[in-house]
Amino acid sequence: MRRMLVAVASGIALLSGPLAAHHATAVFDLGKRLTLTGTVTEWFWANPHCLLRFDVKSDSGETTHWVAETQAPPNMTPFGWSKQSFGVGDQVTVILEPVKNGQPLGRILQVKLPDGKTLVAGAPAIPAGGAQQ
Amino acid sequence: MNSGFGVRDSGFEKTPEGADPPVGADLKVGPYSRTLLIPTLAVAIVTLLSPVILGQQVLRRTPGAVYDSDFPGKKSAPAPRRDISGIWEFANGGGEGIQADGAKAMPSDGKPEHELPFTPEGRKAFTANKPTFGFTQVPSALTNDPMPGCDPQGFPRIVLHNAHHEQIIQTATQVVILYQFNKKWRTIWTDGRKLPSNPEVPAWDIKGSPPAEARFWGYSVGRWVDDYTFVADSNGFDDRSWLDNAGRPHSDALHVIETYRRVDADHLEKTITIDDPKYYTRPWVALDKIPYRLQSPSLEIPEQECVPSETAKYNQLFANPAAK
Repeated sequence: MRRMLVAVASGIALLSGPLAAHHATAVFDLGKRLTLTGTVTEWFWANPHCLLRFDVKSDSGETTHWVAETQAPPNMTPFGWSKQSFGVGDQVTVILEPVKNGQPLGRILQVKLPDGKTLVAGAPAIPAGGAQQ
Repeated sequence: MNSGFGVRDSGFEKTPEGADPPVGADLKVGPYSRTLLIPTLAVAIVTLLSPVILGQQVLRRTPGAVYDSDFPGKKSAPAPRRDISGIWEFANGGGEGIQADGAKAMPSDGKPEHELPFTPEGRKAFTANKPTFGFTQVPSALTNDPMPGCDPQGFPRIVLHNAHHEQIIQTATQVVILYQFNKKWRTIWTDGRKLPSNPEVPAWDIKGSPPAEARFWGYSVGRWVDDYTFVADSNGFDDRSWLDNAGRPHSDALHVIETYRRVDADHLEKTITIDDPKYYTRPWVALDKIPYRLQSPSLEIPEQECVPSETAKYNQLFANPAAK
C-alpha cells in the first residue's frame, strides 16, 4: 500500500507539474504548496482578482496576515464561489501556492470551509499581475 | 518564509499514520494482480483528483449555461439561414476564451510553430510590450499592459483574451455584438458602407459622420458570403491596445477579418485573422474555428467590470508586495 501511495504521489507530481507550469507566472514558487489554517479577516470579491485575507497564528501566538488571490469573480462562480463564500471570523484551511519572495502571499488552490465543504479554485491560470482573468 | 505558523509543506491530504487504510487496501490479490492493481488504482485516483489539480481541464460552467458535453450524441437541427443572432458561449466550456498566454491559435509559448511573422518594426513593438503572461512575461510590477489600469482592451483583444459570452443582435443595417467583459459592444455595419479607405486617419465616407479618429474598437463592416457564413472586416484602430494577453502588438494599419459560420442550429464557429502589414509579414490566424453553443434566450450574461479602485487595492495588497 505504501508503494501504491508513492505511485499515486508520483503520478500527481508528474501530471501536475508540466501543466501548472504551462501557466507559469513570474512571482509564484511554482509547484510549492502550503496548507494554512486561519481566521478570515476579509473576502474581497473583486477584479482583477479576489483576495482572501486571513490571520494565521503560530504556536507561540504570533499572528501572520496572509493575502491569497483567486481569479476574477466570473471565473470563480462556475466553481461554486461567490461573494458570500466567506465571512469575517470564519475558520478556514487554505491550500495555496506561495510567492517566491517569502511574503505571506499566494494563490489559492482550494479552501476548506467551516462546514467541511471544500472550494476548489478551478484553473490555476492566475496571472502575476493585474491582467484580468 | 516564516515557520511555525501552522504551515505544512504538502498541499494534499496524507493518510495519517495509524488511520484506516484507503479503500481497496484489503483486497486479496496475488503478486501479479497487485502489479496491475497499483498502476490501475494510481491512474484512477489521479483521475479522480485531477479536477482539483489540473484545473484547466475542468469544465468552466457559467450558471445556467449549456455545453456540448451536456448533449452527448445529440444531433443538432440544420442551421437557420443568414442568422447568427443569440446568446453564445464556448461550446467546450467557458475556459476556452481565457487565452491567458495569448491568442488561442498562436499562444506565446516559445514553440517555433507559434512564432509570429513579425516585421522588424513589429518585433520592436513586441519587445517593448511587457506582458504578465506568455513566453516574454515579466512580474506585474514591471508590466506596461494597458488593461490592468482599466484602459480599454479594444477589439480584437476582447475576443483574444478573457473572452466570455457574446450576445449577437442583427438588425436591418447592423450586426451588434455585446461582450461580457466590461459590458462592451461593437457595431458591424451591414448597410453597404465601405471601410475607411485610410486606416491611419479613419472615418466613414458618409455625410454627417464624426471626424476622423482611430478607435479602440475600430470601424467594422460585414456581409454574408453565403447563407451560413458572415464575414466582417475592421480597421481604423488605435494602436495603444494589445492584440492579446501576451503583449502581441498591432499598428494603426491593423485589419481584422472575422468569419462566423453557422454550423447548425446550436453552433457557431468563429475565426479571427490578423492582417497588419506594418507589424506582420503575412496575415495569421489568431482564433481558428472556435465553436460556440447557442444558449437559452433567458440566460443572463454575468457582470465583469475592470474597476480602477479594486485594481488599486489588489496592487497594494498583492501585486506590489509579491513583486518586491
